[in-house]
Amino acid sequence: MLEVVGMYFGYPFVRRAMLVGILIALSSSLLGVSLVLKRFSFIGDGLSHVAFGAMAVATVLDVTNDTAVVLPVTVACAVLLLRTGQNAKLKGDAVIAMISVGALACGYLLLNLFSKSANLSGDVCSTLFGSTAILTLSVFDVWLCMVMSLLVVMIFTVFYHRIFAVTFDETFALATGMKADRYNLLIAVVTASVIVLAMKLVGSLLISALIIFPALSAMRLFRSFRGVILASAVLSVFCAVLGIFLSILVSTPVGATIVCMNIAVFTLCSLLEVCIRR
Amino acid sequence: MSQLLCRNAALGYEGRAVVQNLNFEVNEGDYLCIVGENGSGKSTLIKALLGLKNPMSGEICMGDGLEADGIGYLPQQTVVQKDFPASVSEIVLSGCLGRFGWHPFYKKAEKHMAEENMEKLGIAHLAKRCYRELSGGQQQRVLLARALCATRSMLLLDEPVSGLDPVAVQEMYDLLEKLNHEEKITIIMVSHDIRAAVTYADHILHISEEPLFFGTKEDYMESTTGKAYLAVTGGGRHA
Repeated sequence: MLEVVGMYFGYPFVRRAMLVGILIALSSSLLGVSLVLKRFSFIGDGLSHVAFGAMAVATVLDVTNDTAVVLPVTVACAVLLLRTGQNAKLKGDAVIAMISVGALACGYLLLNLFSKSANLSGDVCSTLFGSTAILTLSVFDVWLCMVMSLLVVMIFTVFYHRIFAVTFDETFALATGMKADRYNLLIAVVTASVIVLAMKLVGSLLISALIIFPALSAMRLFRSFRGVILASAVLSVFCAVLGIFLSILVSTPVGATIVCMNIAVFTLCSLLEVCIRR
Repeated sequence: MSQLLCRNAALGYEGRAVVQNLNFEVNEGDYLCIVGENGSGKSTLIKALLGLKNPMSGEICMGDGLEADGIGYLPQQTVVQKDFPASVSEIVLSGCLGRFGWHPFYKKAEKHMAEENMEKLGIAHLAKRCYRELSGGQQQRVLLARALCATRSMLLLDEPVSGLDPVAVQEMYDLLEKLNHEEKITIIMVSHDIRAAVTYADHILHISEEPLFFGTKEDYMESTTGKAYLAVTGGGRHA
Protein backbone atom coordinates (compact mmCIF):
# COMPACT_ATOMS: atom_id res chain seq x y z
CA MET A 1 0.00 0.00 0.00
CA LEU A 2 2.75 2.42 0.96
CA GLU A 3 4.46 1.68 -2.31
CA VAL A 4 1.39 2.58 -4.27
CA VAL A 5 1.03 5.84 -2.37
CA GLY A 6 4.74 6.51 -2.82
CA MET A 7 4.45 5.91 -6.52
CA TYR A 8 1.54 8.28 -6.87
CA PHE A 9 3.31 10.94 -4.90
CA GLY A 10 6.16 10.72 -7.35
CA TYR A 11 3.92 12.59 -9.77
CA PRO A 12 3.94 16.37 -9.32
CA PHE A 13 0.21 16.69 -10.06
CA VAL A 14 -0.67 14.39 -7.18
CA ARG A 15 1.48 16.43 -4.81
CA ARG A 16 -0.20 19.58 -6.11
CA ALA A 17 -3.62 18.07 -5.55
CA MET A 18 -2.72 17.23 -1.96
CA LEU A 19 -1.40 20.72 -1.27
CA VAL A 20 -4.43 22.40 -2.79
CA GLY A 21 -6.75 20.01 -0.97
CA ILE A 22 -5.24 20.86 2.41
CA LEU A 23 -5.33 24.60 1.77
CA ILE A 24 -8.93 24.58 0.58
CA ALA A 25 -10.03 22.40 3.46
CA LEU A 26 -8.35 24.80 5.87
CA SER A 27 -9.89 27.98 4.51
CA SER A 28 -13.36 26.58 4.00
CA SER A 29 -13.48 25.22 7.55
CA LEU A 30 -12.53 28.60 9.03
CA LEU A 31 -15.33 30.30 7.14
CA GLY A 32 -17.75 27.52 7.87
CA VAL A 33 -17.90 28.19 11.60
CA SER A 34 -19.04 31.74 11.07
CA LEU A 35 -21.49 30.86 8.29
CA VAL A 36 -23.12 28.02 10.20
CA LEU A 37 -23.50 30.12 13.33
CA LYS A 38 -24.95 33.03 11.40
CA ARG A 39 -27.47 30.66 9.81
CA PHE A 40 -25.94 31.27 6.41
CA SER A 41 -25.17 27.65 5.54
CA PHE A 42 -27.22 27.89 2.38
CA ILE A 43 -25.32 30.85 1.01
CA GLY A 44 -22.42 28.50 0.33
CA ASP A 45 -24.73 26.16 -1.51
CA GLY A 46 -26.31 28.93 -3.57
CA LEU A 47 -22.97 30.45 -4.50
CA SER A 48 -21.58 27.14 -5.63
CA HIS A 49 -24.43 26.80 -8.10
CA VAL A 50 -23.76 30.30 -9.32
CA ALA A 51 -20.15 29.30 -9.80
CA PHE A 52 -21.32 26.37 -11.92
CA GLY A 53 -23.38 28.71 -14.10
CA ALA A 54 -20.42 31.05 -14.51
CA MET A 55 -18.19 28.10 -15.34
CA ALA A 56 -20.61 27.08 -18.08
CA VAL A 57 -20.51 30.56 -19.55
CA ALA A 58 -16.71 30.51 -19.44
CA THR A 59 -16.65 27.14 -21.21
CA VAL A 60 -19.03 28.31 -23.91
CA LEU A 61 -17.03 31.48 -24.48
CA ASP A 62 -13.90 29.36 -24.68
CA VAL A 63 -12.05 31.39 -22.07
CA THR A 64 -8.65 29.83 -21.42
CA ASN A 65 -8.55 30.76 -17.79
CA ASP A 66 -12.05 30.16 -16.45
CA THR A 67 -11.26 31.29 -12.89
CA ALA A 68 -10.95 34.83 -14.22
CA VAL A 69 -14.65 34.71 -15.19
CA VAL A 70 -16.04 32.59 -12.39
CA LEU A 71 -14.45 34.43 -9.49
CA PRO A 72 -15.82 37.94 -10.18
CA VAL A 73 -19.30 36.64 -11.03
CA THR A 74 -19.52 34.61 -7.84
CA VAL A 75 -18.20 37.43 -5.68
CA ALA A 76 -20.74 39.80 -7.23
CA CYS A 77 -23.51 37.32 -6.45
CA ALA A 78 -22.33 36.97 -2.87
CA VAL A 79 -22.56 40.71 -2.40
CA LEU A 80 -25.98 40.75 -4.03
CA LEU A 81 -27.29 37.93 -1.86
CA LEU A 82 -26.14 39.70 1.26
CA ARG A 83 -27.77 42.95 0.22
CA THR A 84 -31.11 41.34 -0.53
CA GLY A 85 -30.87 39.44 2.73
CA GLN A 86 -31.18 42.74 4.57
CA ASN A 87 -33.97 44.01 2.35
CA ALA A 88 -37.06 42.11 3.40
CA LYS A 89 -39.06 42.33 0.17
CA LEU A 90 -37.79 38.98 -1.08
CA LYS A 91 -36.90 36.73 1.81
CA GLY A 92 -33.26 35.70 2.02
CA ASP A 93 -33.71 31.96 1.71
CA ALA A 94 -36.09 32.29 -1.22
CA VAL A 95 -33.61 34.49 -3.08
CA ILE A 96 -30.84 31.97 -2.48
CA ALA A 97 -32.99 29.11 -3.73
CA MET A 98 -34.02 31.10 -6.78
CA ILE A 99 -30.52 32.15 -7.76
CA SER A 100 -28.99 28.75 -7.16
CA VAL A 101 -31.52 26.77 -9.16
CA GLY A 102 -31.60 29.44 -11.86
CA ALA A 103 -27.84 29.41 -12.27
CA LEU A 104 -27.78 25.63 -12.41
CA ALA A 105 -30.47 25.46 -15.08
CA CYS A 106 -29.04 28.25 -17.23
CA GLY A 107 -25.56 26.81 -16.98
CA TYR A 108 -26.63 23.40 -18.12
CA LEU A 109 -28.76 24.84 -20.91
CA LEU A 110 -25.88 26.95 -22.20
CA LEU A 111 -23.54 23.99 -22.18
CA ASN A 112 -26.06 21.91 -24.09
CA LEU A 113 -26.72 24.56 -26.71
CA PHE A 114 -23.21 25.78 -27.40
CA SER A 115 -20.68 23.29 -26.15
CA LYS A 116 -18.14 22.06 -28.67
CA SER A 117 -16.98 19.27 -26.40
CA ALA A 118 -17.56 15.70 -27.49
CA ASN A 119 -18.20 14.50 -23.96
CA LEU A 120 -20.78 16.94 -22.62
CA SER A 121 -22.17 14.88 -19.76
CA GLY A 122 -18.63 14.09 -18.66
CA ASP A 123 -17.80 17.79 -18.52
CA VAL A 124 -20.94 18.61 -16.56
CA CYS A 125 -20.35 15.74 -14.20
CA SER A 126 -16.81 16.78 -13.43
CA THR A 127 -17.88 20.37 -12.81
CA LEU A 128 -20.62 19.23 -10.47
CA PHE A 129 -18.75 16.51 -8.65
CA GLY A 130 -15.13 17.46 -9.15
CA SER A 131 -14.12 13.92 -10.11
CA THR A 132 -10.74 14.23 -11.79
CA ALA A 133 -10.48 17.99 -12.06
CA ILE A 134 -8.13 18.17 -9.12
CA LEU A 135 -5.54 16.07 -10.91
CA THR A 136 -5.47 18.45 -13.85
CA LEU A 137 -4.64 21.55 -11.83
CA SER A 138 -2.35 23.97 -13.57
CA VAL A 139 0.57 25.61 -11.79
CA PHE A 140 -1.38 28.86 -11.94
CA ASP A 141 -4.31 27.28 -10.10
CA VAL A 142 -2.01 26.05 -7.37
CA TRP A 143 -0.45 29.47 -6.91
CA LEU A 144 -3.82 31.18 -6.91
CA CYS A 145 -5.06 28.71 -4.35
CA MET A 146 -2.01 29.22 -2.12
CA VAL A 147 -2.32 32.99 -2.23
CA MET A 148 -6.07 32.91 -1.55
CA SER A 149 -5.77 30.46 1.32
CA LEU A 150 -3.03 32.52 2.87
CA LEU A 151 -5.26 35.58 2.54
CA VAL A 152 -8.19 33.79 4.16
CA VAL A 153 -6.07 32.63 7.09
CA MET A 154 -4.61 36.12 7.50
CA ILE A 155 -8.00 37.82 7.34
CA PHE A 156 -9.27 35.36 9.88
CA THR A 157 -6.39 35.92 12.28
CA VAL A 158 -6.45 39.69 12.04
CA PHE A 159 -10.24 40.02 12.30
CA TYR A 160 -10.78 37.02 14.55
CA HIS A 161 -12.25 38.93 17.48
CA ARG A 162 -14.36 41.15 15.28
CA ILE A 163 -15.71 38.21 13.33
CA PHE A 164 -16.62 36.64 16.65
CA ALA A 165 -18.42 39.78 17.80
CA VAL A 166 -20.36 40.20 14.57
CA THR A 167 -21.30 36.53 14.50
CA PHE A 168 -22.40 36.38 18.10
CA ASP A 169 -24.37 39.59 18.28
CA GLU A 170 -24.62 41.93 15.35
CA THR A 171 -26.81 44.50 17.11
CA PHE A 172 -24.38 44.86 19.98
CA ALA A 173 -21.46 45.12 17.58
CA LEU A 174 -23.27 47.91 15.73
CA ALA A 175 -24.07 49.63 19.01
CA THR A 176 -20.40 49.72 20.00
CA GLY A 177 -19.59 51.49 16.77
CA MET A 178 -18.37 48.55 14.71
CA LYS A 179 -19.19 48.56 11.02
CA ALA A 180 -20.88 45.16 11.05
CA ASP A 181 -21.97 45.48 7.42
CA ARG A 182 -18.37 45.63 6.29
CA TYR A 183 -17.51 42.44 8.08
CA ASN A 184 -20.53 40.69 6.62
CA LEU A 185 -19.41 41.84 3.21
CA LEU A 186 -15.90 40.63 3.89
CA ILE A 187 -17.20 37.22 4.93
CA ALA A 188 -19.38 37.00 1.80
CA VAL A 189 -16.55 37.94 -0.56
CA VAL A 190 -14.12 35.52 1.04
CA THR A 191 -16.76 32.78 0.97
CA ALA A 192 -17.31 33.31 -2.74
CA SER A 193 -13.59 33.12 -3.42
CA VAL A 194 -13.13 29.96 -1.40
CA ILE A 195 -16.07 28.34 -3.19
CA VAL A 196 -14.62 29.09 -6.61
CA LEU A 197 -11.31 27.56 -5.56
CA ALA A 198 -12.94 24.57 -3.91
CA MET A 199 -14.91 23.83 -7.06
CA LYS A 200 -11.77 22.30 -8.55
CA LEU A 201 -11.44 19.97 -5.61
CA VAL A 202 -14.89 18.66 -4.85
CA GLY A 203 -17.05 20.10 -7.60
CA SER A 204 -19.76 22.67 -7.19
CA LEU A 205 -22.45 20.39 -5.75
CA LEU A 206 -20.35 19.19 -2.84
CA ILE A 207 -18.70 22.41 -1.71
CA SER A 208 -21.21 23.16 1.04
CA ALA A 209 -20.11 19.93 2.68
CA LEU A 210 -16.56 21.25 3.05
CA ILE A 211 -17.92 24.43 4.59
CA ILE A 212 -20.50 23.10 7.02
CA PHE A 213 -19.39 19.62 8.09
CA PRO A 214 -16.13 20.49 9.89
CA ALA A 215 -17.87 23.32 11.76
CA LEU A 216 -20.77 21.10 12.80
CA SER A 217 -18.45 18.28 13.88
CA ALA A 218 -16.34 20.67 15.94
CA MET A 219 -19.45 22.11 17.57
CA ARG A 220 -20.39 18.67 18.86
CA LEU A 221 -17.25 18.54 20.95
CA PHE A 222 -16.09 22.04 21.78
CA ARG A 223 -17.65 24.69 23.95
CA SER A 224 -15.69 27.83 23.09
CA PHE A 225 -15.45 29.75 19.84
CA ARG A 226 -11.69 29.36 19.68
CA GLY A 227 -11.96 25.64 20.35
CA VAL A 228 -14.56 25.20 17.62
CA ILE A 229 -12.51 27.14 15.05
CA LEU A 230 -9.30 25.23 15.76
CA ALA A 231 -11.00 21.85 15.88
CA SER A 232 -12.89 22.60 12.71
CA ALA A 233 -9.65 23.43 10.88
CA VAL A 234 -7.90 20.30 12.14
CA LEU A 235 -10.82 17.98 11.34
CA SER A 236 -11.26 19.48 7.90
CA VAL A 237 -7.60 19.07 6.93
CA PHE A 238 -7.58 15.56 8.38
CA CYS A 239 -10.62 14.57 6.30
CA ALA A 240 -9.16 16.10 3.14
CA VAL A 241 -5.83 14.29 3.51
CA LEU A 242 -7.46 10.98 4.33
CA GLY A 243 -10.00 11.41 1.55
CA ILE A 244 -7.38 12.16 -1.09
CA PHE A 245 -5.28 9.15 0.04
CA LEU A 246 -8.27 6.86 -0.06
CA SER A 247 -9.43 8.09 -3.44
CA ILE A 248 -5.97 7.39 -4.85
CA LEU A 249 -5.78 3.91 -3.32
CA VAL A 250 -9.29 2.75 -4.18
CA SER A 251 -9.63 5.06 -7.19
CA THR A 252 -12.87 6.71 -6.08
CA PRO A 253 -13.87 10.29 -7.01
CA VAL A 254 -11.88 12.71 -4.85
CA GLY A 255 -14.68 15.10 -3.89
CA ALA A 256 -17.19 12.48 -2.88
CA THR A 257 -14.56 10.60 -0.85
CA ILE A 258 -13.60 13.71 1.10
CA VAL A 259 -17.23 14.50 1.81
CA CYS A 260 -17.86 10.93 3.01
CA MET A 261 -14.87 11.28 5.34
CA ASN A 262 -16.47 14.42 6.71
CA ILE A 263 -19.76 12.62 7.23
CA ALA A 264 -17.97 9.82 9.08
CA VAL A 265 -16.15 12.29 11.32
CA PHE A 266 -19.40 14.12 12.02
CA THR A 267 -21.10 10.86 13.03
CA LEU A 268 -18.16 10.00 15.24
CA CYS A 269 -18.22 13.41 16.91
CA SER A 270 -21.96 13.17 17.52
CA LEU A 271 -21.52 9.76 19.14
CA LEU A 272 -18.67 11.08 21.26
CA GLU A 273 -20.83 13.99 22.37
CA VAL A 274 -23.55 11.60 23.53
CA CYS A 275 -20.97 9.57 25.45
CA ILE A 276 -19.52 12.66 27.12
CA ARG A 277 -22.92 13.99 28.12
CA ARG A 278 -23.83 10.76 29.91
CA MET B 1 -24.97 69.54 30.92
CA SER B 2 -27.07 66.42 30.77
CA GLN B 3 -25.74 63.14 29.40
CA LEU B 4 -28.59 62.71 27.01
CA LEU B 5 -31.03 65.27 25.72
CA CYS B 6 -33.92 64.57 23.43
CA ARG B 7 -35.60 67.64 21.95
CA ASN B 8 -38.82 67.42 19.91
CA ALA B 9 -37.57 64.25 18.30
CA ALA B 10 -39.79 62.25 15.94
CA LEU B 11 -38.81 58.70 15.09
CA GLY B 12 -40.19 56.38 12.47
CA TYR B 13 -39.73 54.41 9.31
CA GLU B 14 -40.08 55.47 5.70
CA GLY B 15 -41.48 58.88 6.52
CA ARG B 16 -44.10 57.60 8.94
CA ALA B 17 -43.55 58.63 12.52
CA VAL B 18 -43.92 56.00 15.23
CA VAL B 19 -43.19 58.37 18.08
CA GLN B 20 -43.11 62.15 18.00
CA ASN B 21 -42.65 65.12 20.27
CA LEU B 22 -40.16 63.24 22.37
CA ASN B 23 -38.74 65.50 25.03
CA PHE B 24 -36.67 64.16 27.86
CA GLU B 25 -33.27 64.38 29.42
CA VAL B 26 -31.07 62.02 31.34
CA ASN B 27 -28.44 63.16 33.82
CA GLU B 28 -25.51 61.29 35.23
CA GLY B 29 -26.58 58.70 37.78
CA ASP B 30 -30.25 58.70 36.73
CA TYR B 31 -32.29 55.52 36.56
CA LEU B 32 -34.81 55.97 33.77
CA CYS B 33 -37.42 53.43 32.90
CA ILE B 34 -39.11 53.55 29.51
CA VAL B 35 -42.54 51.92 29.51
CA GLY B 36 -45.25 51.57 26.92
CA GLU B 37 -47.31 49.01 25.04
CA ASN B 38 -45.92 46.80 22.30
CA GLY B 39 -45.45 48.73 19.08
CA SER B 40 -45.36 52.05 20.87
CA GLY B 41 -41.90 52.76 19.48
CA LYS B 42 -39.66 51.57 22.30
CA SER B 43 -37.30 49.62 20.09
CA THR B 44 -37.17 52.47 17.59
CA LEU B 45 -36.19 54.77 20.43
CA ILE B 46 -33.44 52.36 21.47
CA LYS B 47 -31.99 52.37 17.97
CA ALA B 48 -32.05 56.13 17.92
CA LEU B 49 -30.30 56.37 21.30
CA LEU B 50 -27.61 53.99 20.09
CA GLY B 51 -27.04 56.17 17.06
CA LEU B 52 -28.17 53.46 14.63
CA LYS B 53 -31.07 55.56 13.43
CA ASN B 54 -31.42 59.27 12.88
CA PRO B 55 -34.47 61.08 14.16
CA MET B 56 -36.83 62.31 11.42
CA SER B 57 -36.95 65.68 13.06
CA GLY B 58 -35.79 67.22 16.29
CA GLU B 59 -32.54 66.09 17.86
CA ILE B 60 -30.93 63.69 20.28
CA CYS B 61 -27.72 65.03 21.81
CA MET B 62 -25.13 63.40 23.96
CA GLY B 63 -23.10 65.38 26.47
CA ASP B 64 -20.89 64.92 29.52
CA GLY B 65 -18.30 62.94 27.55
CA LEU B 66 -20.83 60.38 26.38
CA GLU B 67 -20.83 59.21 22.77
CA ALA B 68 -23.53 57.10 21.11
CA ASP B 69 -21.09 54.19 20.76
CA GLY B 70 -20.05 54.60 24.40
CA ILE B 71 -23.39 53.36 25.68
CA GLY B 72 -23.30 49.87 27.14
CA TYR B 73 -26.14 48.04 25.44
CA LEU B 74 -27.88 44.92 26.69
CA PRO B 75 -29.96 43.64 23.77
CA GLN B 76 -32.64 41.00 23.91
CA GLN B 77 -31.31 37.52 23.29
CA THR B 78 -31.40 36.23 19.73
CA VAL B 79 -32.03 32.71 18.49
CA VAL B 80 -28.45 32.51 17.23
CA GLN B 81 -27.10 32.92 20.74
CA LYS B 82 -29.09 30.09 22.25
CA ASP B 83 -26.76 27.42 20.84
CA PHE B 84 -23.66 29.48 20.26
CA PRO B 85 -20.42 27.79 21.28
CA ALA B 86 -18.58 30.51 23.14
CA SER B 87 -17.00 30.76 26.55
CA VAL B 88 -18.12 33.44 28.99
CA SER B 89 -14.80 35.25 28.87
CA GLU B 90 -14.83 35.37 25.06
CA ILE B 91 -18.22 37.07 25.15
CA VAL B 92 -17.38 39.53 27.91
CA LEU B 93 -14.14 40.50 26.17
CA SER B 94 -15.99 41.26 22.96
CA GLY B 95 -17.53 44.23 24.78
CA CYS B 96 -14.11 45.92 24.66
CA LEU B 97 -13.91 45.77 20.86
CA GLY B 98 -15.62 49.07 20.16
CA ARG B 99 -12.96 51.12 21.86
CA PHE B 100 -9.72 49.56 20.81
CA GLY B 101 -9.29 50.87 17.31
CA TRP B 102 -7.33 48.81 14.86
CA HIS B 103 -5.42 46.37 17.04
CA PRO B 104 -6.18 42.81 16.02
CA PHE B 105 -5.84 41.34 19.51
CA TYR B 106 -6.82 42.14 23.07
CA LYS B 107 -4.21 43.66 25.33
CA LYS B 108 -3.71 43.40 29.09
CA ALA B 109 -5.90 46.40 29.82
CA GLU B 110 -8.90 44.87 28.05
CA LYS B 111 -8.45 41.47 29.67
CA HIS B 112 -8.15 43.12 33.06
CA MET B 113 -11.29 45.13 32.45
CA ALA B 114 -13.24 42.02 31.47
CA GLU B 115 -12.08 40.20 34.61
CA GLU B 116 -13.01 43.15 36.76
CA ASN B 117 -16.52 43.32 35.31
CA MET B 118 -17.06 39.58 35.67
CA GLU B 119 -15.95 39.90 39.29
CA LYS B 120 -18.37 42.78 39.81
CA LEU B 121 -21.31 40.74 38.54
CA GLY B 122 -20.34 37.56 40.34
CA ILE B 123 -19.64 35.46 37.27
CA ALA B 124 -15.84 35.26 37.52
CA HIS B 125 -16.06 31.56 38.40
CA LEU B 126 -17.95 30.92 35.15
CA ALA B 127 -15.28 32.48 32.90
CA LYS B 128 -14.32 29.22 31.19
CA ARG B 129 -17.84 27.84 30.98
CA CYS B 130 -19.85 27.62 27.79
CA TYR B 131 -22.45 30.35 27.39
CA ARG B 132 -25.24 28.10 26.13
CA GLU B 133 -25.00 25.85 29.20
CA LEU B 134 -25.71 28.65 31.66
CA SER B 135 -29.05 29.50 33.21
CA GLY B 136 -31.07 32.43 31.86
CA GLY B 137 -30.06 34.66 34.76
CA GLN B 138 -26.38 33.82 34.36
CA GLN B 139 -26.56 34.49 30.63
CA GLN B 140 -28.03 37.94 31.26
CA ARG B 141 -25.17 38.68 33.67
CA VAL B 142 -22.66 37.69 31.02
CA LEU B 143 -24.27 40.09 28.55
CA LEU B 144 -24.41 42.76 31.25
CA ALA B 145 -20.69 42.31 31.93
CA ARG B 146 -20.07 42.70 28.22
CA ALA B 147 -22.13 45.90 28.18
CA LEU B 148 -20.10 47.23 31.13
CA CYS B 149 -16.92 46.65 29.11
CA ALA B 150 -18.32 48.94 26.44
CA THR B 151 -19.12 51.82 28.74
CA ARG B 152 -18.06 53.71 31.82
CA SER B 153 -21.13 55.81 32.23
CA MET B 154 -24.39 54.56 30.75
CA LEU B 155 -26.23 51.27 30.35
CA LEU B 156 -29.16 50.82 27.99
CA LEU B 157 -31.15 47.69 28.73
CA ASP B 158 -33.80 46.20 26.49
CA GLU B 159 -36.24 44.11 28.53
CA PRO B 160 -33.46 42.75 30.74
CA VAL B 161 -35.68 40.43 32.75
CA SER B 162 -37.93 38.92 30.10
CA GLY B 163 -37.88 35.15 30.23
CA LEU B 164 -36.16 34.97 33.62
CA ASP B 165 -37.50 33.12 36.64
CA PRO B 166 -38.61 35.23 39.64
CA VAL B 167 -35.41 34.69 41.63
CA ALA B 168 -33.23 35.69 38.67
CA VAL B 169 -35.46 38.71 38.04
CA GLN B 170 -34.94 39.93 41.59
CA GLU B 171 -31.17 39.34 41.36
CA MET B 172 -31.04 41.30 38.14
CA TYR B 173 -32.86 44.27 39.65
CA ASP B 174 -30.64 44.21 42.73
CA LEU B 175 -27.57 44.13 40.53
CA LEU B 176 -28.76 47.09 38.47
CA GLU B 177 -29.58 49.05 41.62
CA LYS B 178 -26.10 48.37 42.95
CA LEU B 179 -24.46 49.50 39.70
CA ASN B 180 -26.59 52.63 39.73
CA HIS B 181 -25.89 53.54 43.38
CA GLU B 182 -22.32 52.39 43.88
CA GLU B 183 -20.79 52.88 40.45
CA LYS B 184 -22.93 55.90 39.57
CA ILE B 185 -23.75 54.33 36.21
CA THR B 186 -26.73 55.87 34.46
CA ILE B 187 -29.35 53.29 33.64
CA ILE B 188 -31.96 53.46 30.93
CA MET B 189 -34.20 50.42 30.96
CA VAL B 190 -36.97 49.51 28.57
CA SER B 191 -39.42 47.32 30.39
CA HIS B 192 -42.89 45.85 30.51
CA ASP B 193 -42.57 45.43 34.22
CA ILE B 194 -44.26 48.60 35.45
CA ARG B 195 -44.21 47.52 39.09
CA ALA B 196 -40.45 47.17 39.04
CA ALA B 197 -40.19 50.41 37.10
CA VAL B 198 -41.88 52.40 39.82
CA THR B 199 -39.96 50.53 42.52
CA TYR B 200 -36.42 50.96 41.21
CA ALA B 201 -36.37 53.83 38.71
CA ASP B 202 -36.27 57.47 39.64
CA HIS B 203 -37.63 58.71 36.31
CA ILE B 204 -40.28 57.30 34.02
CA LEU B 205 -40.81 57.88 30.32
CA HIS B 206 -44.15 56.51 29.19
CA ILE B 207 -44.43 56.50 25.42
CA SER B 208 -47.06 55.67 22.90
CA GLU B 209 -47.59 57.60 19.67
CA GLU B 210 -47.02 60.71 21.66
CA PRO B 211 -44.92 60.67 24.79
CA LEU B 212 -47.62 60.59 27.39
CA PHE B 213 -45.41 61.24 30.34
CA PHE B 214 -41.90 62.12 31.34
CA GLY B 215 -40.93 62.97 34.88
CA THR B 216 -39.95 61.56 38.21
CA LYS B 217 -41.42 58.34 39.50
CA GLU B 218 -43.37 60.14 42.22
CA ASP B 219 -45.06 62.44 39.71
CA TYR B 220 -45.77 59.49 37.45
CA MET B 221 -47.64 57.63 40.14
CA GLU B 222 -49.79 60.70 40.70
CA SER B 223 -50.40 61.33 36.99
CA THR B 224 -53.48 60.12 35.16
CA THR B 225 -51.39 58.15 32.65
CA GLY B 226 -49.47 56.45 35.41
CA LYS B 227 -52.52 55.67 37.50
CA ALA B 228 -54.37 54.20 34.55
CA TYR B 229 -51.40 52.13 33.38
CA LEU B 230 -50.61 50.88 36.86
CA ALA B 231 -54.20 49.85 37.38
CA VAL B 232 -54.26 47.82 34.16
CA THR B 233 -50.85 46.21 34.17
CA GLY B 234 -49.55 46.41 37.67
CA GLY B 235 -51.51 43.68 39.41
CA GLY B 236 -48.42 42.45 41.22
CA ARG B 237 -47.32 40.62 38.11
CA HIS B 238 -43.63 40.49 37.24
CA ALA B 239 -43.80 40.17 33.49
